[in-house]
Order: sequence, then C-alpha cells, then structure tokens
Amino acid sequence: MSIMWTSILIAILALLGLALVFGAVLGFAAVHFKVEGNPLVDQIDSLLPQTQCGQCGFPGCRPYAESIANGGPINKCPPGGESTIKALAALLDIEPQPLDAEHGVEQARRVAVIREDECIGCTKCIQACPVDAILGSAKHMHTVIGTECTGCDLCVEPCPVDCIDMVLLEPDIRDWGWSAPKPGIIASDRKGADT
Amino acid sequence: MTQIWDFPGGIYPPENKLLSTACPIRNAGIPELLILPLQQHIGAPAETIVAAGDRVLKGQKLADAASGKGVPVHAPTSGIIDGIVQLPVPHPSGMSDWCIVLKPDFHDEWMPLQPASNYRELEPELVLELIHEAGISGMGGAGFPTTIKLKQPDGRSIHTLILNGAECEPYITADDMTMRERADSVIAGLQVMTWLLRPERCLIGIEDNKPEAIAAMRAAITNTQIELVVMPTKYPSGGEKQIIQILTGKEVPSGGIPADIGVMCQNIGTAVAVSQAIFEGKPLISRVITITGDTVQEPGNFDTLLGTPVEYMLNRAGVSMNEVHRLVLGGPMMGYTLHTAKVPLIKTSNCIIAASSRELPDPPPEQPCIRCSLCADVCPMELLPQQLLWHAKASEFEKAEHLNLFDCIECGACSYVCPSSIPLVQYYRYAKDEIRSRKAEQRKADRARERFEARQNRLLREQEEKELRRKERAQAAAEVQAKKEADAQSAGTEGHPIDERAAKAALVAQALARKKAKANKVVPPAHGTDNT
Repeated sequence: MSIMWTSILIAILALLGLALVFGAVLGFAAVHFKVEGNPLVDQIDSLLPQTQCGQCGFPGCRPYAESIANGGPINKCPPGGESTIKALAALLDIEPQPLDAEHGVEQARRVAVIREDECIGCTKCIQACPVDAILGSAKHMHTVIGTECTGCDLCVEPCPVDCIDMVLLEPDIRDWGWSAPKPGIIASDRKGADT
Repeated sequence: MTQIWDFPGGIYPPENKLLSTACPIRNAGIPELLILPLQQHIGAPAETIVAAGDRVLKGQKLADAASGKGVPVHAPTSGIIDGIVQLPVPHPSGMSDWCIVLKPDFHDEWMPLQPASNYRELEPELVLELIHEAGISGMGGAGFPTTIKLKQPDGRSIHTLILNGAECEPYITADDMTMRERADSVIAGLQVMTWLLRPERCLIGIEDNKPEAIAAMRAAITNTQIELVVMPTKYPSGGEKQIIQILTGKEVPSGGIPADIGVMCQNIGTAVAVSQAIFEGKPLISRVITITGDTVQEPGNFDTLLGTPVEYMLNRAGVSMNEVHRLVLGGPMMGYTLHTAKVPLIKTSNCIIAASSRELPDPPPEQPCIRCSLCADVCPMELLPQQLLWHAKASEFEKAEHLNLFDCIECGACSYVCPSSIPLVQYYRYAKDEIRSRKAEQRKADRARERFEARQNRLLREQEEKELRRKERAQAAAEVQAKKEADAQSAGTEGHPIDERAAKAALVAQALARKKAKANKVVPPAHGTDNT
C-alpha cells in the first residue's frame, strides 16, 4: 500500500519539478527574449507602398498596418492597389477583397511638380509633405525632389495659388521590362485569328 | 594541345554562316544622317557636350561619361550636329531615347590623333584612361564599359584572360571575318589587355567551324605566349560562363562574375577597338556588322559607322524590303525583332538578319508543356526550365528566384528544342524583369518609410524643444516676479521709499543681465527651417 503511495508521490513531485523548471525557463525567455513591438505590424507595414498619403483614413502607413494587425479591413490602400491586397491576404491567410472605392481608385504612379514661376514661397506644401520631398524656404521658390516624391497628393490641397500639378511618370526605356507572352490561341484557332 | 572541357547541355542549330563569309569586309560608307544614342550599353547614359548647329570633326567627343559607369560618345565622321532629340533606339521595347543626330558633311575630316604606341612606358592608369576616353564598351553582349572591367578588381587578380572568338550563334560572322582579316589588330589589342592585367595565361577560344580564322590567328600569335584553343562547335559555347568552363574547367559561381574565379573574357571587337585606340589614337566610331538573311542580295560584313540607320545598311546590302518578313537585330537565338528599320546601329550591334517568312516564320502557337524534359537536357546552366516556366506563369517569382532564375543566360536553347513551342526565354525574361521592378519598388518604399520616420522624429523633437523653451521662459518670468515682490516687500519694511527712476533702472539692469546670460548660453541650432 505504502509503495503505491510512494510512487504516486514520486510522480507528483516529478511533475511538479518539471513544471517548476519549465515555468522558470518560460519566465526567463519571456523576459530576456522579449520581442519589442508587434512583428506582424512590421511585416504588414513592409508590404504597404509607404506613400504616407492617408487615403486609407489613417495618418500614415504604419497606423494602417496596426489597424490591419488588429483585424481591420485590408482593402483601403489605393496606391498599393490589387497587388498589395493580394500580398496582405497571402500574409494574413485571408480572402483578398476588392479595393474599397470609398478610399479612392488605383492609378498609375504620379509625382508632384511645382510650377516654379507661380510659387509664392509660402512653405505650406513643405509642411504637408510626409517624406520631406519638397525643398525651399519662406519667400523663396520651392521645388519637388522627384525621386523622393511618393505621389501622395497631400501637397496639392494646401497650396494657396494652386501651382502644384500631379504629373504621370513618363515611361522610361530604362524601366521597361519584358511582358509575359500572351496566352496563345490553340493551333486549330490560328487561321481564324489571323484573318 | 591545351586541354579542354565540356559544358552541360547545348544544341546544334543550323549555322547559316556561309551566307555572309563569301566576300571580305566592305566599307559601308557614310549615310545621310547618323543617329547616336547617348546610352549604347548597360550603365549610365553619357551627357552631351555639343549643341545643335556645332560643326564637329571625325573622332571628336560629343558626349562625356556622366558617372563612373558610362563611356563617352564620339562623332563617327565630320559634320554638323542636327539636334539632340528622342528617337527610336535599338531596344526590344521599341521605345525612344535621347540621341545626338549628326548630319555628315562627307569630308570625313579627322581631328588630330594622338596614338600611344609606346604604351608600355606609360602608367597603367593612363592607358586605362585612354581606353575609357576612346568610348570602348564590350562589343559582344551587354556592353559593359571595358575600362571598369580591365581595372583590377580589388584583391582579386586575373590569372586567365580569355579572348572569346567562339561566335557560336548562327548567322553571325562579324568576329570570324575580323579574325580572318584583322588578326594582327586583334592580337595587338589583346596584348594591351594582357599588359594591363598581367595574367598567367592568355587563351583565345575559337569554334572549329572557322578554319580560316583559326589559321589567321595562329599566324598572328607566333612568337607570343598566347595560346589558341580550338573548341568543338556547340551552341552556346560563346556564352561567357560556357567558354570559361570549356577552356578552364571552372564554373563561375551563381550570382558571381568571372573575376571571382580569376578569369576575364574579352570580345574580338573590343580587342580591335582597344588596338585602334592605343596604336592609332582613334576612338570607337565604327564596328563590323553582319548583314545577312534570305532577302539580302549581297550578304556580308560591313565596316559600319556607329549611328548608321539599319535602313541604310539594308539598302547598302541590297535588301528587297517587301520580302522582309522579320528584321532581327543580333542572332536568331538571342537577338530581338526590330519594330522599325529607322533605329541606328550601336556599339553592341553585331548582326542584322533580314529574314523571309520561310527562313524565320512566326512562332507556332504555344501548347501545353508535356514534361518531355528536352529543355532541361539542353540547358547549359543546368537549370530546371519546366519548373521555372511553371512558377513564372503562376507569378510565383520567389520560387523561380529560388530555383536560380537569375543564372539563366537567356541563350534560347530551351525554346529551340521545345516540342510545344513554348517561348520559354520570354517567360524567364518577364519573370526576371518583374522581380527586378518589384525589388526597385520595395527599395523606394523603404526609402519613403525612412524619410517619413525621420520627419516624424524631427517633428517630435521640435515639439519637445519648443515645450522646453516655453517652460524655461515661464520659470524665468516666475523668478522675476518673485524677486520683484521680495524687493517691494523689503523696500516696504525698511521704510525707505524708492523713487520710480531707481526702480526702473534696476529693471533695465536685470533685463540686460538676462540677455547677456542668454547670449552666453549655447542655443541649440533650430531644426526645421531647412527641409533638406
């Protein structure tokens, strides 16, 4: 009888010991290997186009990423468009949704250009630019650093003399890439398609 | 006999080289208009240093290298600059780019030339500079600036220099004819390069289907330490990685360059250009181009001024334009169809094929892959073409990259053997460009994020500094107030009425002291006024 009790006691003590050891290990890990911030937010943020345009209704890409990480909709980013929605859906393992038209439509990449003759040097656009891509100082002409402009539109609204244009980027031979071969017709269709 | 190795895969397409080797290299003459694109190679475009209306001499520099990865452009003949405009350039996209248009005056008047035949007495840097100033970029493949290639890569020495005379692609005979007729010039240029690089071995690889070229080159290398290696004819033995494998038995590591294993390849045309630059002082203004195909009445090789329109060359060789079904720039395997014959010939153009519909018919429609694995058998890079096709079609670019898509040399052997006529190479090019453009976009987004975060931090810092200054001011004001009250109190208790003037003078003195203290204190420079 006592043997049985002893073995039960040993089992309980062994389990207790294991629980304590693993508890200590987990506690140690929780303190020493703590991940700062939410890694999911970082992952989502890296998929967003970083225009910082605020079209999604959040002040910048990161707040939008945080909202997605908290289960918010993934279809509010017009600059990213369908490809961003697809990438987000793949990351979060959910169904991709069509772009929410309420926040705007996907359009070709554009950059802001200041009509420099008309600029009065008010610095309002400089304050609006989320990526510091506008150069200039008070009462002096401003100009947009084209390579840094994300095309977010935010500088257009504050300009008191409406001298900022959003210009479509000209296709450049150095950015050209091969396109996928067109899905072919089948051999028996060939004659018909040619005529 | 030098030992040779073999590379995996490869194909034996009909050579069709006899068409254009029947007659010697002819001079193409001067066309009515020369079109000189500012970018004729990979790297950066050159910057013009002439203006419309200027008269220029033959060999005069028209555009200078803007950055380290460019080479200058020179006037191929004397004449008047007609303008600097956007015109169609030889590019698979058919798009336009900036070109200098030169109207020849047919005097063909050279600028004063400064040969450097005594180059062995000069500093190597100076010789490299001469090659750079002559506007020489690789004349075989992508056209990498030759000077950058010849500069000893830091820490890596070149032990084997290979002159690539394989010319494995069907139809093209420009290098073959150059070696037959200008072997001495080729060897002279090669010797300049060996002097610069000081390799242990210098090899010339030539395919065994060019006996005349082999004989001419063999005669030219007598009394030198250069070795001539005859290799079996197999496409694509002229690929840089392939010829290195054939001649040295070594493989260039994935994603690496030949210099990583101490090997360098140079092109026949480049060697001639180097020899002309050093021994005659002439910049790169012309090259040998093969004009061939069924519709050409007098096919052959032409010494052509750079910038000569394709149209002019077709006329020169007697092409009946209405019979031309397809116009290909480059070889039939790796070249591309030209959208218009108005494009000029550039430093990297080596062949024009004006083909009839029988010769190069439209590709038959693509059919499903039947997994016959012929493509994998012929791939010289030992890739998995079917798998790459699968991933490219499904836009699974990461997986394609994982299967070493970027090691594909786009030789076209897989497309050539495919029984389902799948344009495999076009799928790979598409996938590569898609991956590149996505990476570029990602870089741009990362940069935008960095700038955004830097701005947020700056705004926060400014806010804090403002707050701090406000607090300091409030504190100072409170102190003054307290002192005033204390003064008033002490004055009151002592019972000496202070006259108003004295009180005011004291206040002014206090203000001055404050100002002095403030001026002595180092004020942190205010950020934010400049938005750089």
